[in-house]
Amino acid sequence: MSGNRIPLGPFHPLLEEAEFFEIKVDGETVVDIDMEIGWMHRGHEYISEMSSFTQSIYLVERICGICSTSHPLACVHAVEDIDNIEIPIRARYIRTLVGELERIHSHLLWLGLAGHFIGYDTVWMWAWKYREPVLQIIEAISGNRNHYGIMRVGGVSKDVDPSNIPKLLEILDTVDKKMDMFAKVVNDDPVLKKRLVGVGVLTKQDAIDYCAVGPTSRASGVRGDVRKDDPSDAYDLVDFNEIVLQNGDVYDKLVLRVLETKESIKICRQCFESLKTAKGSIINNVKEISPGEGIGRYEAPRGEVFHYMRSDGTNRPIRHKVRAPSYVNIPTYKASCIGVSISDALITLAAVDPCYCCTERSLTITDINQRSNSLDILKLSKEKTEKIRREINGK
Amino acid sequence: MIGKNLFYLFIFPGLLFTGVVGLIIGWVDRKVSARFQFRVGPPVFQNFYDIFKLLGKEVIIVKDSVKFLFVASPIIAFATLVFISMTIGVSLFFNDGFGGDLLVVMYLMMVYSVMLVLGGSSTGNVYSSIGAGREVKLLLGDELVFIFVCLIPIIKSGYSINFEEILAAQSDGVFGGSISGVIGFLAGLLCIQAKMALKPFDIPEAETEIVEGPLMEYSGPLLAFWKLNHHLMYVAYPFLLIILFFGGFNLVGIGILWAILKYVGIVVLMIILKNTNPRLQIDNALKFFWKILTPIAFTGVILAVLGV
Repeated sequence: MSGNRIPLGPFHPLLEEAEFFEIKVDGETVVDIDMEIGWMHRGHEYISEMSSFTQSIYLVERICGICSTSHPLACVHAVEDIDNIEIPIRARYIRTLVGELERIHSHLLWLGLAGHFIGYDTVWMWAWKYREPVLQIIEAISGNRNHYGIMRVGGVSKDVDPSNIPKLLEILDTVDKKMDMFAKVVNDDPVLKKRLVGVGVLTKQDAIDYCAVGPTSRASGVRGDVRKDDPSDAYDLVDFNEIVLQNGDVYDKLVLRVLETKESIKICRQCFESLKTAKGSIINNVKEISPGEGIGRYEAPRGEVFHYMRSDGTNRPIRHKVRAPSYVNIPTYKASCIGVSISDALITLAAVDPCYCCTERSLTITDINQRSNSLDILKLSKEKTEKIRREINGK
Repeated sequence: MIGKNLFYLFIFPGLLFTGVVGLIIGWVDRKVSARFQFRVGPPVFQNFYDIFKLLGKEVIIVKDSVKFLFVASPIIAFATLVFISMTIGVSLFFNDGFGGDLLVVMYLMMVYSVMLVLGGSSTGNVYSSIGAGREVKLLLGDELVFIFVCLIPIIKSGYSINFEEILAAQSDGVFGGSISGVIGFLAGLLCIQAKMALKPFDIPEAETEIVEGPLMEYSGPLLAFWKLNHHLMYVAYPFLLIILFFGGFNLVGIGILWAILKYVGIVVLMIILKNTNPRLQIDNALKFFWKILTPIAFTGVILAVLGV
């Protein structure tokens, strides 16, 4: 059986999206892995450069269905960084609130999926049931369940009605109780511990070497949270702890996410309390963006998301660069999965909470002697569109 | 005589009865699991629809597979299970000297696993072969425990391997009431969980790891046979536990209610086990069977010899 190769993907029940990992096994033990990217290409950065600043925010919202407020937040931070635009206090609290609610629902979603991947379908259904109230709060605030669309350059577009806040706090309390229950289950269940403790360990050194971010690195004992290190919005006005665990195995990543959710609930409560009293507008109208460049960072549920924007004084960016957290987190799989068994290898990959559509880049295979540039794939794409159009018109 | 035996095999308690009860208990499984998970669950006849739908679908046979094994193994497994359910059912429902033999049933239960391994490894698919390998390992794990579990009623009934004599020995008190009986029943429940590939021992078929393992390449009627096999096991194996530890059925008056309670109780225990546990890794499952359950089952055998 030595050197047997197992394809994981591009279409596999473990992966919600197309991505290809080739696992080399000896018996049931993983000896090597190989990754292949380039299964999806949507050209977000390129489209963004053809849209206005406001349109880009809606566009980047659709990079990821789960981090659908992290990308816009990092994007508006980048635009605001160009001109050092001030944000009204009320808008800062609303931004933080929506961002943290997104973290809660994202972590609960991961918790459910992780349960499904280890065959614990009850946890899957329960976690997703208790995620529902969070979505309700978000819907009450923004009008939408998933793509909230309330971030604007200079503020937010929708206000939180103070008379609704007591009701929303009540719903948040139910989520809090359920998170306590999950924390208890994670602490007490012996079979769950047997399944996850010591599985897929990412050592501290590996986490540093691979530049891992977010829960992936914090579970391995590496500090690093944009909310603490470079506080934007209302993160310097609220009180919360940065959770850091030491072991780096799947169990620690699970515990870390449950504890982080508790911290997020704490932040949401403080934001709601402040919104009861904070006065003022929710948006600072921005007429034009001056030439220059800016960066925006935000701690997405999976780690730091980074946006770079350059403006030439018109109403659209001339360069927009996105780096999603999965871009650095997925390669840590190579460090953590060698030597574990197949069944552990899969949950090890899932523990990173990989988001492929965030991180996918186009892949071109060219002759090494020929020079190529990034416009080649665009040319190919246009040629193919033309070809299809001709064929359809021809018939 | 031949007519009666054919009736036993095909109508009651063989193919037709076991199949129908199995499909309905499959619905109970799905419904209870759904209620566990705050879902609504399927309608009563969903499993019937599923099987009939599969029977009408095309069979795709993998080009590089060993075609004979690929086609024969689900059918042989099906025949084996029908025979097991007949043997168990006749001893349970009729007291006419048919006298099923425990050893035969133990052998046939192993034949089913072997067929799953053969069918899985005949396709050449990498996931199927991993699943088949895991099935072999799991069989190695649960078989020894299962032999110990079967030894307990054999010893307690005065060294008899005949179902009717085992049942007769329980007429004045079921084996499940003694300490060794309780140990045997619980260990047997876990063995059956492993033999039926239910969680936490659904390791050979782990959907999110190896995509249903041995069953991956099966489609159409052949897959329907595998599904039906699963439903037959849902009847035959709990019935076996009832014979070995709970004194069979007494189908008179209130006894009918007791019979249904015994059966549904065991099935619900299996469903609870299934829904409150994650899937174990294969090495942890083997450790569990060899290091924990085997000594426990062996203790049960010793207690049975001592008459406790």
